[in-house]
Amino acid sequence: MGILDKEFSDGNIVITKVEDLFNWARLSSIWQLGFGLACCAIEMMATSASHYDFDRFGVIPRNTPRQADAIIISGTVTLKMATRIKRLYEQMPEPKYIISMGSCANCGGPYWNHGYHVLKGVDRVIPVDVYVPGCPPRPEALLEGLLKLQEKIRHESLTKKQA
Amino acid sequence: MALKTETMILNMGPQHPSTHGVLRLELELEGELIVDVKPHIGYLHRCFEKHAEAMTYPQVIPYTDRMDYLASMYNNFGYVLAVEKLLGIEVPERVEYIRVIMGELQRIASHLVAIGTYGLDIGAFTPFLYCFRDREKILNLFEITCGARLLYNYMWVGGLSHDIHPDFVRLTKDFIKEFRPTIKELNDLLSYNKIFIERTANIGILPLATAINYGVTGPSLRGSGLAFDLRKEEPYSIYDRFDFDVPVGQGLMGTVGDCWDRYYVRVLEMEQSLRIIEQAIDKIPDGDVHSAIPRRIKPPVGTVYQRVENPRGELGYFIISDGSTNPFRVKVRAPSFVNLEVLGELCKGHLVADVIAILGSIDIVLGEVDR
Repeated sequence: MGILDKEFSDGNIVITKVEDLFNWARLSSIWQLGFGLACCAIEMMATSASHYDFDRFGVIPRNTPRQADAIIISGTVTLKMATRIKRLYEQMPEPKYIISMGSCANCGGPYWNHGYHVLKGVDRVIPVDVYVPGCPPRPEALLEGLLKLQEKIRHESLTKKQA
Repeated sequence: MALKTETMILNMGPQHPSTHGVLRLELELEGELIVDVKPHIGYLHRCFEKHAEAMTYPQVIPYTDRMDYLASMYNNFGYVLAVEKLLGIEVPERVEYIRVIMGELQRIASHLVAIGTYGLDIGAFTPFLYCFRDREKILNLFEITCGARLLYNYMWVGGLSHDIHPDFVRLTKDFIKEFRPTIKELNDLLSYNKIFIERTANIGILPLATAINYGVTGPSLRGSGLAFDLRKEEPYSIYDRFDFDVPVGQGLMGTVGDCWDRYYVRVLEMEQSLRIIEQAIDKIPDGDVHSAIPRRIKPPVGTVYQRVENPRGELGYFIISDGSTNPFRVKVRAPSFVNLEVLGELCKGHLVADVIAILGSIDIVLGEVDR
């Protein structure tokens, strides 16, 4: 972690890097766009509800893309929806992150072969940070995906563009 | 000289927290009042019927799961009943009992989501958390049975994928004991809440004649006062052996057929489902759930239509067989799709905020609307 490691004895001063501080703040309050697509949205709702409690990671659903940091693509992206998703993504302020949840959003899933109206992976329209496999992924898997995203944000650099 | 006015067009969706998925509504407004509502669908069209043509009969079952993803068990149920009718096979008693129990548990789980998200739409956040807490218990029961939480692929043609877990009966009884008091809790929290009643009573009144003309089924029809339930009218599987009531809307808080009635029918149905489970759980006979599963499914040439009472209404499967191992055509009569059509009729003359209340009360699942 490293934010509170180098603390002076009186406790008021913490020495850290700006990068670490920013990244720590960012990863602790990832506000997601409250946006469900298909079956995985139900598991996403279950993750935010009582039993799995997404809030403890600072993930709060926001209803407008302008207030959101992350978007969880939870379900099948159809060709009709793909342009709308791109537009939602473009409306989000930087820095923005994407979790692709479930096989459909990853690669088309069960609709890979005959789904003439299904986009074969949301990464064909927007850049994805974390892929969560499963059909649908269990809430634990989505939480794991979020932890991976937090790990990614923790090592971001303010100056260097990440590959 | 009269002032020239124009109506305003407002788009709601496809990204909107209260459309229960990806539905776009084109609202035509006269000031704050709704003149017309046009639903635009197809944002989740996943080509179910095309897939059904390309798959063998058992391979279609996982795709039926993904249509109405809140009631996967029941979608399996309807499809396997249709194929069994086509094949003319009898399934063991044990399978019938387990299917009914799973179907009714699924109905409770589905209604819990409908009620929880309805509260959420209206502005009550807490009932959502309570409903999901109870729904998790049902999902745990499904999980020990077949390993999946949401999309089960549990009912197979002629049988089931797994037999029930040895603890299943005990855990289900525990669940019933725990769940029954929470219905009362839910009523105190949401159903009889003054704010909730103000938002839903006398809103979106669906007269019975209109409902029948549009072909509305399920709790939305029963909310208008007609006790039409396929489990009673046309008992499939072994539903004729159980004693249960069909709750109808009575206009307790306003007029018969308003949003509150449609909502309250769902609450009452959960109690009736518990009654069915209670009657069935002690009578599960011994047997092998795999014994009647055919080695090769190749039905004779013919057609079949099988309808079942899904948590949202009448779910029908129309299958044409050309005598091969793949269905020639599978047409689904999806209750959500038919119920959605009545939305324009319900919203006329109401305020924009009421559209949310009305849409939530007819309880659609977009996966099933678009298929």
